[in-house]
Amino acid sequence: MSEVPADLRFLKSHEWARLEDDGRVRVGISDHAQEALGDLVFVELPEVGDELEADQACAVVESVKAASDVYAPLAGEVVEVNETLNDSPELVNEAAYGDGWLFCIQPADAAAMDGLLDAEAYAQLLDSE
Amino acid sequence: MARHTPLHSAHLALSARMVDFGGWDMPIHYGSQIEEHHAVRRDAGLFDVSHMTVVDLHGEQCRAFLSRLLANNIDKAATRGKAIYSCMLTETGGVIDDLITYYLEDDWFRMIVNAATREKDLAWIRQQAEPFHLEVKERDDLAMLAVQGPNARERAAGLLPRELATAALELKRFNALDADGLFVARTGYTGEDGFEMVVPGDQAGDWWQRLLDAGVQPCGLGARDTLRLEAGMNLYGQDMDEDTTPYEAGLAWTVALEPADRDFIGRAALERQRADGVPCALVGLVLEGRGVLRHGQRVICPGGEGQITSGTFSPTLEQSVAMARVPTGTSGRVTVEIRNRELPARVVSPPFVRNGKMNPAIQEDS
Repeated sequence: MSEVPADLRFLKSHEWARLEDDGRVRVGISDHAQEALGDLVFVELPEVGDELEADQACAVVESVKAASDVYAPLAGEVVEVNETLNDSPELVNEAAYGDGWLFCIQPADAAAMDGLLDAEAYAQLLDSE
Repeated sequence: MARHTPLHSAHLALSARMVDFGGWDMPIHYGSQIEEHHAVRRDAGLFDVSHMTVVDLHGEQCRAFLSRLLANNIDKAATRGKAIYSCMLTETGGVIDDLITYYLEDDWFRMIVNAATREKDLAWIRQQAEPFHLEVKERDDLAMLAVQGPNARERAAGLLPRELATAALELKRFNALDADGLFVARTGYTGEDGFEMVVPGDQAGDWWQRLLDAGVQPCGLGARDTLRLEAGMNLYGQDMDEDTTPYEAGLAWTVALEPADRDFIGRAALERQRADGVPCALVGLVLEGRGVLRHGQRVICPGGEGQITSGTFSPTLEQSVAMARVPTGTSGRVTVEIRNRELPARVVSPPFVRNGKMNPAIQEDS
């Protein structure tokens, strides 16, 4: 059974978002998503400075099996990307909610986090799939 | 309702991730496809391939029938146990399926055909066999295990009775033996040495467990696909089908036009195509840079357009490789469209991997 940490917010398309103390939002894909994709071999990240719209396709995670778009959970500017993934995409498999994070956004409006699924709603979504 | 092999519950017990494959509920991996891939390249891996179809032919005219059915010449299987790889073709030269045929007795040949093509293959074989008065027997009472990798034969032989073990280890490549219903063949679909074993379905679970206990790692169909692609082996339905001839699928080596009087099904069409010129060829591609080549991507070549038939990330080479159907004569560099980007790829002759390492022939400076 996939783990769903209580402090995260989620998209139906299986991205997670965490509001950090400094006001930035860290983004990754859920444990369920990495498990469904299988061994990741390639991650294409946005560039620092990119301005993202909410729900914009802005990254790609690619496994041996398939390529999958990653959508921005909310609007804002990309302020950091996880460069480690260029050489070690398997970190997403090993720690989807930890070292396998993808990028950080400086949100245009942090209140948009409230519009995302909470852990309970996401867990229900997984159950219904 | 998906079909189950006799090992289905064994896969579930190992928490395999299951997928539908040609109507069968099969394991794609047991945790990590890449680790399973490496286990086969470096040590020994075990695959349940019971979804494949074993067809036994019995009758005096087996050889005459196969000489008509197969594009390769069954007379190359001249000694007992010897196998040949071949396509069976439509009258217009299209590939109905690719298969291995083993010569076991003068009146007994065993064919192993693909799972996804089971029904149409059996119908075709039965129809063509009629004038030869053969018994065509689908052996769905049997299960098939593939033990593959540099240490696979030794591990598997260790589980056989002594005399049989000696005989199994003495098998030459592409040869098989059958001892009272235990069939062992030195064949496979990974590019590594190993055995394919056909056993009674009710003994499959026992063999599976004994092989695991002997240190052979369970491997899913995911690893099987990356292994066969690295080895430059075609997958039916992806790299060829009834709309392609063996010449368009990199399988010219499996077509025996000699002797000239062997009238196999599809021969006239192949001779015509050879005379007119074959318009396209199946080649290998190595992607330069990051990304993954996949089935269906467009390939832009100097002489026109082509398409990726099978593509993946190669765990051994740690870069993406593919097979592609491109205009005849394409060489050097081509461009592949991957998710709206155009990336360069190099045209090579598979296999990509040989003896567990990059085939030196595909290296850039060779």
